[in-house]
Amino acid sequence: MHPIVTLVAQRVALGVLLLFAASILIFVGTSILPGDVAQSILGQSATPEALANLRAELGMDQPPLTRYFTWLGGVLQGDLGTALTNGRDIAESLGSRLGNTLFLAFWAAVVAVPLAIFLGLLAVRYKDRWPDRLISAVTLTTISIPEFMIGYVLIYWVSIQMGWFSSVAIINDSMSLGQKLNAIAIPVMVLTLVVLAHMMRMTRAAILNVMQSAYIETAELKGLGMLRIIRKHAFPNAIAPIVNVVMLNLAYLVVGVVVVEVVFAYPGMGQYLVDHVSKRDVPVVQACGLIFAAVYIGLNLVADLVSILTNPRLRHPK
Amino acid sequence: MGRRAGRLARQRYSADPPSFPKARRMRVPLAALIGLFFTSLFFLSAIFAPLIAPYGMAEVVGDVWEPPSDRFLLGTDSIGRDLLSRMIYGGQTTIFIATAATALSFVIGSVLGFFAAVSGGWIDQTLSRFVDLIMSIPTLIFALVVLSVMPTTIPILIVLMGLLDSTRVYRLARAVAVDITVMDYVEAARLRGEKIGWIIFRETLPNALSPLVAEMGLRFIFAVLFVSTLSFLGLGVQPPQADWGGIVKENKEGINYGIAAALYPAYAIAVLCISINLVADWVLNRTTSLKGGRG
Repeated sequence: MHPIVTLVAQRVALGVLLLFAASILIFVGTSILPGDVAQSILGQSATPEALANLRAELGMDQPPLTRYFTWLGGVLQGDLGTALTNGRDIAESLGSRLGNTLFLAFWAAVVAVPLAIFLGLLAVRYKDRWPDRLISAVTLTTISIPEFMIGYVLIYWVSIQMGWFSSVAIINDSMSLGQKLNAIAIPVMVLTLVVLAHMMRMTRAAILNVMQSAYIETAELKGLGMLRIIRKHAFPNAIAPIVNVVMLNLAYLVVGVVVVEVVFAYPGMGQYLVDHVSKRDVPVVQACGLIFAAVYIGLNLVADLVSILTNPRLRHPK
Repeated sequence: MGRRAGRLARQRYSADPPSFPKARRMRVPLAALIGLFFTSLFFLSAIFAPLIAPYGMAEVVGDVWEPPSDRFLLGTDSIGRDLLSRMIYGGQTTIFIATAATALSFVIGSVLGFFAAVSGGWIDQTLSRFVDLIMSIPTLIFALVVLSVMPTTIPILIVLMGLLDSTRVYRLARAVAVDITVMDYVEAARLRGEKIGWIIFRETLPNALSPLVAEMGLRFIFAVLFVSTLSFLGLGVQPPQADWGGIVKENKEGINYGIAAALYPAYAIAVLCISINLVADWVLNRTTSLKGGRG
């Protein structure tokens, strides 16, 4: 078999295995830790009978292994269980929220990815001069502030002081695409700023790494212009690491969304998860945790696959 | 620890002409000085918080959201507590938790990382695959999952953050130590019949210190951001205890009326994290000749 097929198959199998192990970890984290779910739902003053009833209702009287496989079996058939707090079907509540979250993450990616690559190229072109330093300083600042604080700083300066865009991002199905985009303008800005810094820095590093190769020196000695060297010689060789960086940051974006949704009261998965963590609604937390982990592991898998597929040394085996 | 790293760095530079020892010592870049200044400022104000703060941490002293004045330098918060005092005490809580979590993650991460690298074989494989597994779940999601069944007390937060972050330290420590364990002096120690503890603490640790110290700055920043995020979500430090994330949560409604109370923690965190970054960059730059690659 072609070695690249083997590599890809191995990586996919590893991804599936990781996801399986992650589901065990999430289940163990919520079930076997010393914290007692029934106790935390009912509070310290609960009677022993009430506790026993709730435990039976949650299936807590079953051995952990049985509960795990019941849960996993349900998840594989698309049944995420019911929420403890309102008795609603979790999969139903999650459906539209997952869509909203992906909508937000998608538009943040649409803005952030091209911008990051452009700024990365710009920083390399003007390395150690003022544009590079300015970009470095700004990105260093945005890395150093948590997402939610960037959110409030932007709400304060952009929405309240300047009167642009709304400070809450509540969307529903009856809104047109334009209205939705207007509503999520500031959250998208926040997410862009957060991932832009990482992406841009790593793009810059990837290209600078390529720029140190001997063939770049040759191109320089041939008398080619800087822009042409970057475009024709450096960029094609830097694509693989850049795509890798982009995928890793998209994975990061999916997590960053959690906090940003809370700030802007955006009806997505992150807000749903955080809400139910404080209500100690374990089935919802397990379901959301598993979905976030799956998306994260999936994007990391794609990043690795891309770097396998774009590596010329693997494509043309000896 | 920092002194030790510095001495090692200077030993490495001993090939330089010995007639300019002063010039070398003077060459602390301005950025690093600024970073050091603000970092120490924050840590000092955290240590001496009760002496500096003009009012008590949870003392209601004025009206709701009073503007900055002579009495209240930053104004008051959502229930009339002095915001400057809240910020100082909040800094104390945030910096304490972040420091403790970073220390814990370094002890666990570096000891296990060195242990894996020095032992090799199945111990290394088991530990490394387990760390891969933990890192395959986003840190925040993992923390939320655990906090959904655990009480949110400060010791639990510290242990949770320390354990989750130790995976990053483990990877770095292992990578650095793998390069060191192939050195002749480690081989010599093994042949001398030294125990694994000696090889880890006397042969590996001193040579792996500089990259770890630089990494410590970054992990500390991450811990500050992380604990602030958890508190903001209501799952970290619980009121009335002040902390920077919590101050944002308490005062966020004010933003809609143009009251900037919720923004001060953002500025404080930004200044602290940038300062530490500047110091870490400097430590890393002046000791790059020491680390044998991060591979």
